[in-house]
Amino acid sequence: MTRKQKRLSVIAGALAFLGAATALTFYALGQKASFFYMPAELQAAALEPGQRVRLGGLVEAGTVKRGQGTEVSFSVTDGERSVPVAYVGILPDLFREEQGIIAEGTLRPDGVFAADSVLAKHDETYMPKEIADSLKEKGVWKDETAGSGS
Amino acid sequence: MIVETGHFALVLAFALALVQSVVPLVGARTGEARLMAAGGPVAIAGFALTALAFAALTAAYVQSDFSVANVWQNSHSLKPMLYKVTGTWGNHEGSMLLWVVILAFFGALVAVFGRNLPATLRANVLAVQGWIGAAFLLFVLATSNPFVRLEPAPFEGRDLNPILQDIGLAIHPPLLYLGYVGFSISFSFAVAALIEGRIDAAWARWVRPWTLAAWVFLTGGIAMGSYWAYYELGWGGFWFWDPVENASFMPWLAGTALLHSAIVMEKRSALKIWTILLAILTFSLSLLGTFLVRSGVLTSVHAFATDPTRGVFILGILVVFIGGSLALFALRAGSLTAGGLFHPISREGALVLNNLFLTTATATVLVGTLYPLVVEAISGDKISVGAPFFNLTFGPLMLPLLLLIPFGPLLAWKRGDVFAVAQRLMAAFGGALLAVLATLLLVDGASVFAALGIGIAVWMVLGALTDLAQKSALGAVPLGVAARRFAGLPRSVFGTALAHMGMGLSVLGIVATVAFEVEHITVMKPGETTEIAGRTLRFEGVAPVQGPNFTETQARFVLMQGGVSRGALISSKRIYTARQMPTTEAGILTRGLSQLYVSLGDETGDGGMVVRIWWKPLVTLIWLGGAVMMAGGAVSLTDRRLRVGAPSRRTRPSAVPSGAKA
Repeated sequence: MTRKQKRLSVIAGALAFLGAATALTFYALGQKASFFYMPAELQAAALEPGQRVRLGGLVEAGTVKRGQGTEVSFSVTDGERSVPVAYVGILPDLFREEQGIIAEGTLRPDGVFAADSVLAKHDETYMPKEIADSLKEKGVWKDETAGSGS
Repeated sequence: MIVETGHFALVLAFALALVQSVVPLVGARTGEARLMAAGGPVAIAGFALTALAFAALTAAYVQSDFSVANVWQNSHSLKPMLYKVTGTWGNHEGSMLLWVVILAFFGALVAVFGRNLPATLRANVLAVQGWIGAAFLLFVLATSNPFVRLEPAPFEGRDLNPILQDIGLAIHPPLLYLGYVGFSISFSFAVAALIEGRIDAAWARWVRPWTLAAWVFLTGGIAMGSYWAYYELGWGGFWFWDPVENASFMPWLAGTALLHSAIVMEKRSALKIWTILLAILTFSLSLLGTFLVRSGVLTSVHAFATDPTRGVFILGILVVFIGGSLALFALRAGSLTAGGLFHPISREGALVLNNLFLTTATATVLVGTLYPLVVEAISGDKISVGAPFFNLTFGPLMLPLLLLIPFGPLLAWKRGDVFAVAQRLMAAFGGALLAVLATLLLVDGASVFAALGIGIAVWMVLGALTDLAQKSALGAVPLGVAARRFAGLPRSVFGTALAHMGMGLSVLGIVATVAFEVEHITVMKPGETTEIAGRTLRFEGVAPVQGPNFTETQARFVLMQGGVSRGALISSKRIYTARQMPTTEAGILTRGLSQLYVSLGDETGDGGMVVRIWWKPLVTLIWLGGAVMMAGGAVSLTDRRLRVGAPSRRTRPSAVPSGAKA
C-alpha cells in the first residue's frame, strides 16, 4: 500500500467507527428514552405494551395503602385524572400525600401503573421540574412550594 | 462590616480582572515588556481579593450572621461548625464564589510558576484567564451576589438542605471545581497559542502538568461525588447517569483524551491542532457543565434555585467563550504547522485510537444529556434519557478501549510491532483467562458476561504490571539489575501504569457490584434475623437519638457468620428540625473490599420495619480505583520533565511568531 492508501484506510476505519457510534446512539435514543406523562396524558397516550414511561403528579390524599411487606399502592393525580400505582420497595424519604413524585415503570393492561422506581423531591422546597411545569400549565400550581433560593 | 469588605473586595477583583484581560494582551501585541509583566502581580492580587471575599462569606456563616440573605437561607445557628463552614459553598451563590476563587487561584499559580514561560505566552495566558475571571465575577456580582443584606435581620436561619450536611460537601465540590476550573489553564494556553499563531512541543510540556493536575482533582471529585451519593441517598447506587453527573464526566473524558494527545504532541510534535482543539473542548465542556448545573434547566439535587436570568447569563458566557475560541481556532488553526508523521501501528497510533474512543464516548454522553432539552424545546414532549441509553451506547464504545489499553504503553514510538507486544502480554492474557474461568467455576450463577467483565478488569491490571516488568526487563536480566532498572524508571512510566491499573480496579469493582450484588428487601422486627449472601444479619433494635439539629431513630444490626459476630452497623432515619425534613442514613459495614449496606424504610405498624439490605462485593474498588488513578496522575506530576516550573532543557526555536509583532 502506498502512504496515501494507508492514510485513506485509516480515515475510512475512523469514519466507520464514528458511523457505527452514531447509528448506535440514535437506535438507543429511539429505544431507551422514556416519555413523561401526567395522569390525564397517560390515558390518552398510545403506549405499546411494556413501554417504559415516567408518570408524574401529586400523591392523592388518602390513597396510600401498604400491603404485604414492602408492597405499596397509591394514586397519582394531576387534579383532573388519577392513576393507581403499584410499587414494591422503599419509598423515598420525602414521599408524602399531596407531594409531587415521579414514578417510572409500565402501564399494565388493567390500568394500574406498575412502578419500579419512585422519585420524590430532594428537599421540602423543591419540586421535580417536569411536575412543576405541568402543574403551572394546568393552573393548579401552588406558589408556596416555589421560591427557594433567592 | 466584614460582609461589606468581602463585597467590596469582590468588586475590586472584578476591576483587576478587567485590567488583567487587557494590559498583558496589549503588552504582548506591542512587545512592551512592562505591560506584559503587569499580568502576574495583577493575577496574584486578584486572587488575594477573591480569597478575601470568600473568607468574608465564610466568616458570616461561621458567625451565623442571618442579616446576610444567603446565610439566612442556608444556615442555622444549631448546625455543627463543620457544616457552617462547608455550607458556604452549599448553595448557588457561595458555590459560584468558590468557582471564581479557584479560577483566580489557578491564575495566580500561572503567575508564580510560569516565570520561565516565554513572556508573550505568559502574558497571553494570563489575559485569557482574566477574560474568564471577569465574566464570572460579573456573573456573581450581577446575578448571584452572596453578600446581599436583609433588613430586619431574622433571628434564625432556614438551615442547609440536610442531604448536604455531610463531610462529602467539604470534599466533593472543592475537588470537582479544582478539576473543572483547572482545565481553564489548558484552555488559556490553547487560546494564547492561537493568538500568537505559534505552537511547539515545548508548549505541550508546559500545558501537560496543568492538565494533569486538573485531571487528578476532577478524578477525585467525581469519585468522591459517586461515593457520597452512594452512602447518602440510601439507594445503594454509585452512578445514576444523572445529567449533573454527566456534566462532570464529560470534561473528565475529554480531559483524559487531552492528556494522551498532549503526550504525542510533546514527544513527537504531532497532533498539534487536535490537541489545541481538545484543550478548548475540554474547558468548553466544563463551562457547559456549569451552565447545566447552575441554570436550573435540569432537575437535580445540585440545582439549588432556578432563576432564568442566571441561566441566560451563563448561556451568554458559554456562547462567547466557546464560540469565540472555536472561531479563533478556525481562523488560526491553518497557520499552525502540522507535525511529524507516524505509522498507524505505533504508540502515537494507539494514542490516536484512545482519543477516537474517548471523544466518541464523550459525544454520546453529550447527546444523551442534551437530547431531552432539545426535544422539549422542539416538540414540547418531556422525555428522559437514563441509564438504559448510556449502558447501550457508552458501554460498547468503551469496551474496545479497555481491551486495547494494555497494548498502548508497550508499543514503540513511530512504528510498533503489535505481534511482539501481544507476545509480551501473553502472561497477562493467561491471567485474565484464568480469572474468567475461576469466576465461572467458583461463583454460583455467574453469567458469561460477568466473567468476561472480570477478565477484562484483570487484563487491564496485569497489563499495567506487564508494562512495568517489561520496562525494567524483568526476566531478561538478573534480578538485581531489573530491580535497579525498575527503580530508575521515569516517574511518568509509573504514573501511566498506576492510572491504567486504577482504571482496571474501578472496572473490577463496577463489574463485581453490578453482576454479583445481592439485594434483599424485607420486614424485620427487633431480634429477628435474615440471610443475605451466606451471612446472617440480626436486627438488634431501635433507639431514639437527639442530634445537634436533628432527631433520629437508630436501628442497630449485627452481622453474624457461623454464629460469630463480624461487626455491627447502625442505620437510621433522621428528621431535621428546622426544615422538618426526613433523611435516611444508610448503615454500611465494610468487610475486606466488599460492603454490607442497610437502608431503612417505613415502619409497618406491628413493630416491624421495612429494611433494604445489599451485599455489594468488591464495591469499594470502584472508588479505590479512582484513588489509584489519582495517585498515578500525582506520581506523573513529580516526573522531572513535567515538574511545574522545571526549566526547559533545550532552547526553543527562536522563530518569529506569525501573529505577533515581535
